[in-house]
Amino acid sequence: MTSVGPTTGPSTAVPVAPEPQAAAPDRFGGRLFTANLRQNGIYIAFALIIALFEILTHGDLLTPQNVSNLVVQNSYILILAIGMILIIISGHIDLSAGSVVAVTGAVSAVLMVNNNVPWPIAILVTLLAGAAIGAWQGYWVAYFGIPAFIVTLAGMLVFRALTMSVLGNQGIGPFPDEVRTIANGFMPTYLGNIGLGPLDGADLFTLLLGLALVGGIIATQWRGRAGRARYGQAVEPFALFITKIVIAAFVVMFVIVQLARFKNLPWVLVLLAVLVLGYSLLTNRAVFGRQIYAIGGNLNAATLSGIKVKAVTFWLFVNMGVLAAVAGVVFAGRLNQAGPTAGDGFELDAIAAAFIGGAAVQGGVGKVVGAITGGLIMGVINNGMSLIGAPTEQVMLFKGLVLLAAVAFDVFTKRRAGAAR
Amino acid sequence: MSKEAYVILQMRDITKTFPGVTALSDVNLTVRRGEIHAICGENGAGKSTLMKVLSGVYPHGSYSGDIEFDGEPCRFSDIRSSERRGIVIIHQELALCPNLSIEENIFLGNERAKNGVIDWMRTHAEAAALLDRVGLTEHPATLAMDLGVGKQQLVEIAKALSKEVRLLILDEPTAALNDEDSAHLLDLLRGLRDEGITCVIISHKLNEIEAIADSVTILRDGRTIETLDMKRDNVTEDRIISGMVGRDLEHRFPEHEPKIGEEVLRIEDWTVHSPTQHGRVVVAGANLTLRRGEIVGLAGLMGAGRTELAMSVFGRSYGIGITGRVFKDGREVHLRTVRDAIRHGIAYATEDRKRYGLNLIEDIKRNVSAAALTKLATRGWIHENEEYRVATGFQASMNIKAPNVSAITGKLSGGNQQKVVLSKWLFTDADVLILDEPTRGIDVGAKYEIYSIINQMADQGKAVLVISSELPELLGICDRIYAMSAGRITGQVTRAEATPERLMQYMTKVKEQ
Repeated sequence: MTSVGPTTGPSTAVPVAPEPQAAAPDRFGGRLFTANLRQNGIYIAFALIIALFEILTHGDLLTPQNVSNLVVQNSYILILAIGMILIIISGHIDLSAGSVVAVTGAVSAVLMVNNNVPWPIAILVTLLAGAAIGAWQGYWVAYFGIPAFIVTLAGMLVFRALTMSVLGNQGIGPFPDEVRTIANGFMPTYLGNIGLGPLDGADLFTLLLGLALVGGIIATQWRGRAGRARYGQAVEPFALFITKIVIAAFVVMFVIVQLARFKNLPWVLVLLAVLVLGYSLLTNRAVFGRQIYAIGGNLNAATLSGIKVKAVTFWLFVNMGVLAAVAGVVFAGRLNQAGPTAGDGFELDAIAAAFIGGAAVQGGVGKVVGAITGGLIMGVINNGMSLIGAPTEQVMLFKGLVLLAAVAFDVFTKRRAGAAR
Repeated sequence: MSKEAYVILQMRDITKTFPGVTALSDVNLTVRRGEIHAICGENGAGKSTLMKVLSGVYPHGSYSGDIEFDGEPCRFSDIRSSERRGIVIIHQELALCPNLSIEENIFLGNERAKNGVIDWMRTHAEAAALLDRVGLTEHPATLAMDLGVGKQQLVEIAKALSKEVRLLILDEPTAALNDEDSAHLLDLLRGLRDEGITCVIISHKLNEIEAIADSVTILRDGRTIETLDMKRDNVTEDRIISGMVGRDLEHRFPEHEPKIGEEVLRIEDWTVHSPTQHGRVVVAGANLTLRRGEIVGLAGLMGAGRTELAMSVFGRSYGIGITGRVFKDGREVHLRTVRDAIRHGIAYATEDRKRYGLNLIEDIKRNVSAAALTKLATRGWIHENEEYRVATGFQASMNIKAPNVSAITGKLSGGNQQKVVLSKWLFTDADVLILDEPTRGIDVGAKYEIYSIINQMADQGKAVLVISSELPELLGICDRIYAMSAGRITGQVTRAEATPERLMQYMTKVKEQ
């Protein structure tokens, strides 16, 4: 199936000596472990950090209320991280995300609060404003050829300035209840609670939703594996496959149960889940997603392969603008106010999330789920350290070192892989 | 003469392993004082690894075996320690800083300075003297980026001379040079030999080795096969090749009986201007036709405009102010973008695989599908299993040596990378394939495979245009050859009438009135 030896092909009179670097790696030996460590190191690190803070906080980290807080507090960074990872994969960067969060939040506030525009229309207009901002930056980057670093650095200033003009340099609020619910609220009870043992008080509908989700994961993973096997591809050992699924199911159910025991699923988590699923599909399966990786991996080769490099880059920035607008509405709704300093430094958190999550500085590498995990790692550090009452400077110190360590680990494993040549 | 005086370098039983791979096993190399010693071997034979061991890139302790230079044992910890002994390596990829001047590059890391302040007068004077020695007339303050590859190579040599080199190692020095620059470089090496500098040269260009080397050591699969004295053993190209591939090579080019059909591509009066130098005409009024089943060569010296012609036709991916007409299957087509070109069945495989051809951090299958992804997708969603199947099919038919199609292309050898590029273009269903230097940097055995693949393409009724700087290659595989000089197509010969002399005449022809 994967034999390296000569195969039926062009009849060649010259037997070519096997080349050392093409030798098949020991599939189940050390190399697999190293490769897995490189791919999955981020998840292991995440688990370790959770374990660390679970111990340090004497179990407060994973209480139902705190799990819920973790999701809600970090939602807007995670939304930004999704857009950011796509930009970074394509080999660009966006420094303006925080300012765009602010200006779109301000736009939505002016529409809803000052002008009483119905909230669905106001949100739609805000998203369009985000798209327009993205199109503006995308034009300069893609079609005019200015490095994204410069364009978005300018954008960072320009959109902060616009925020202040729009708001008249003061906070605007409060927002309609519906918007606050999206940012801060929870799913209502549909089927009542169950009053049994350890699941005491958990919402039945949410539990069923969790089970359906786990079922969906198992079904798609199983189908994928079966499909690959049918095509004669190498699939991971069955035990490993099962282990992975069990871990995933456990994590999903744990979070669901904890949330169901508190105030039920936060709406913003539902929104986030939809975004993560959708963008994961886009990057893994869609032609557009593949083109992002191709551009980031080798711009010239992508161009000469007929990929519309400029268009793809342009739409990536439009997409980033829309996601920043979503984050803008969520953040404003959560604070119940659009303020001139909203979103300050968010772009750096989103960029850090992407790099902790395994993106490469040169582009071409990265995963949506990785960026989300990176964002959650920082969220857990923030949350855990505030639970144990650590001062801000310690939190910043620790986050900075984690970012450095994550990228250092990536560089280290790559260098080792490179040295094996 | 005692043995010590006679032999300058002795490497004994050098073994170097990487995780899972033995790159060198018990390699021996003996270099005589003041000779030009060539090292030959296919890609992956261990030539570059051996030179990295010698120059301290792989420090003492990371390999086993002994190195003796000038009668003393060597334990180099890094490049600087080998340079202190007078061993200087010039790598295949030139390592000049493009934004620095020639003189700054020459003395980089070795600045002519007093108390940390650069002595510009001295720098200038010494640089000028060194440039004179290597035959460069450029001003020492010229920026490296304003030099062509050939001249950059000479600057590298000047840099080596500034370090009082005694053993100069050149890794594929002429790979990127045109014939003229190569000839100049080889002359220079002869001159250095006369000055008493010993040279070790790694090269794929066997004719150059035949012309310049005093002895040759052949490596295969990380082992020393033999060391030959060029004169005493009366070494020929075929003799070297048989050592490299391990058997006699009857034919370097596969037999092929062309079945030529009707015209498939015609280019009329094609003119292209340079995008960087205002007003410069790069291709001037070129006419060219390709027929089904035909392998057509495009010969020319570097700068003749061959690549520029090909890329401008391929969806205007090079040049501005393009005029002329393109006919595909007898009908005029307008190829404004690469997508247009691909849609009309035209493919262009670049001369620089690593920079323009492949996404080196991705695997084989994703590179194979890159130019025709929509064939594997419905409504924008990719069928990854189909992609795997397609790529595996190409892996088998092209004989791409890799564990499977999930192998990263950056880790493949040059020949296998080229096969991935060719697979990518075959998957677009192109019927006109423009192959720019398809065997550059590829070892002899893999070249033969590439030629067989080209023949197969022609047998399937595709038209193939091969751009190559190696005349024997064009003469060996093409049914018809165009020659270009200074942007013009200066001649056309059929297989029967083609000789190197005649082609060279066309290739060097100055603009006709």
